[in-house]
Amino acid sequence: MIYLDYNATTPTDQRVIKAMLPYFHDISANPSSIHNAGQKARQAVESARATLAKMLKCQTDEIYFTSGGTESDNIAVKGTAFAGGKRKKIVTSAIEHHAVLTTCEYMHKFGFEIVKVPVDQYGIVDLNVLEKEVDDDTLLVSVMHANNEIGTLQPIREVSKITQRHGAIFHTDAVQTVGKMPIDIPSMGIDMLSLSGHKFYGPKGVGALVVRKGMRFDPLSHGGHHEQRKRAGTENVPGIVGLGKTCEIAIDEMDAEEKRLRKLRDRLWQGISTKVSELKLNGHPEKRLANTLNFSVKYIEGESMLLQLNMNDIGASSGSACTSGSLEASHVLLAMGVPHDMAHGSLRFSLGRFNTETDIDKVISVFPGIVEKLRAISPLYKPSITGMHKE
Amino acid sequence: MQYSQKVMDHFMNPRNVGEMQDADGTGTCGNPVCGDLMTFYVRIEPRTDELEKARICEIRFKTFGCGAAIAVASMASEMAKGKTLSQVIDLSRNDVTDGLDGLPPVKMHCSNLGVQAIHEAIKDYLTKIGRQDLAEKIRGCPKEEH
Ligand code: FES
Repeated sequence: MIYLDYNATTPTDQRVIKAMLPYFHDISANPSSIHNAGQKARQAVESARATLAKMLKCQTDEIYFTSGGTESDNIAVKGTAFAGGKRKKIVTSAIEHHAVLTTCEYMHKFGFEIVKVPVDQYGIVDLNVLEKEVDDDTLLVSVMHANNEIGTLQPIREVSKITQRHGAIFHTDAVQTVGKMPIDIPSMGIDMLSLSGHKFYGPKGVGALVVRKGMRFDPLSHGGHHEQRKRAGTENVPGIVGLGKTCEIAIDEMDAEEKRLRKLRDRLWQGISTKVSELKLNGHPEKRLANTLNFSVKYIEGESMLLQLNMNDIGASSGSACTSGSLEASHVLLAMGVPHDMAHGSLRFSLGRFNTETDIDKVISVFPGIVEKLRAISPLYKPSITGMHKE
Repeated sequence: MQYSQKVMDHFMNPRNVGEMQDADGTGTCGNPVCGDLMTFYVRIEPRTDELEKARICEIRFKTFGCGAAIAVASMASEMAKGKTLSQVIDLSRNDVTDGLDGLPPVKMHCSNLGVQAIHEAIKDYLTKIGRQDLAEKIRGCPKEEH
């Protein structure tokens, strides 16, 4: 299988697995235990925490381990909302991951006003609207670092300048950027940040929420004194060790890997777009994750393309209504003003560590045939006409 | 998506794809759920208004939609081909999904379009030969609900 769905999840790096293995049996005591075995596990957890802090340029005690991005987003939104205070407004963007959007919508039940700031055609949050919406009643602003579907990067520094002016907490879901590009929490003005291990070659089921000192938030799970009483439950030691290891690898390799993936990604787009007519790139042409390519193919539908790709042993994803359980087209593409039929024909290739040039060339060679076949079935495609009026 | 072998077969090798010059009837239905589109073209022989005698001797379709929608159209076209109009009018979405060995629950709505669009083509034929009265009795595409 040529796997081009890395934004959905990544395979765990073998080096990470190797680092984790001792912590299932040999070093498997509870890190809260006093005995030596427990203290060994504690050390492993704390050393992973130190690696995360180093990568994100924050303090170790600002890192809270969680089960992943969704939990981190939930704690960030609900935790700050439940911590009390007078502020009753939560501002977010229209293209957030559902883990943030749905959680924000849920807080409406508890008397919070929720504002979703629109984005432009490239999926960049409208800073003018954000500026207007964020006021002294605003408790939290949650704007993602990079969007998972289109890869567009948000102007984090500009957003944090606005939140700082009004004393609002700034949370960013950085699940798609951590480990893929440098992040400097203090200089970016981030107050809270969500990350997830399995998006960058770590294991599934582990992530972290970074919370700068001085931010008030309530825990979601109550119980023991774990994670500074902010997240009760025995630590997922093997997972945390794996997360630490994957960060260690990322620190060393991300720069070179980013360049490599950008080249491969651009090769893919170049190859496809010269062979197939009437495509439209979704997302910002430059301000975009190096590994992400999202485009729409006119006249055909995404799921049928995915099935054809799958028959060719290629795994990708789509924002088509037909591929979503809810039968609604991607909220991200629609928020960018992509027409419904183009959202229907959208396709996302997201590249990663184990892709090679051969993989990319195979996709370039089979994709035009797939489009041709499906367009031949489509009632919307009129080759004689469209052939003459190419955009 | 867990599709049956039959669905995958019809999706990969759809039967009766295409358009038809001078079709006796054409019908297009849209799917209000996710915005897909299906067009059917039929040729009728003999060209009579007797529903028991007139047969669909040739059928073509085009679909903008998911894998299930394409397979549904292909299966429906096979089921309708060679049948009398009264037989085709009796075809239901269940006949099509059964023929495909079922569809995943979330895809059941895609099965509507196939039979509906063929029925719409029959309505078009009957209207063209001056039998609106018969055409009106057949349910074609669902009416827009907004
Ligand atoms: S046509 Fe959209 S789900 Fe089948």
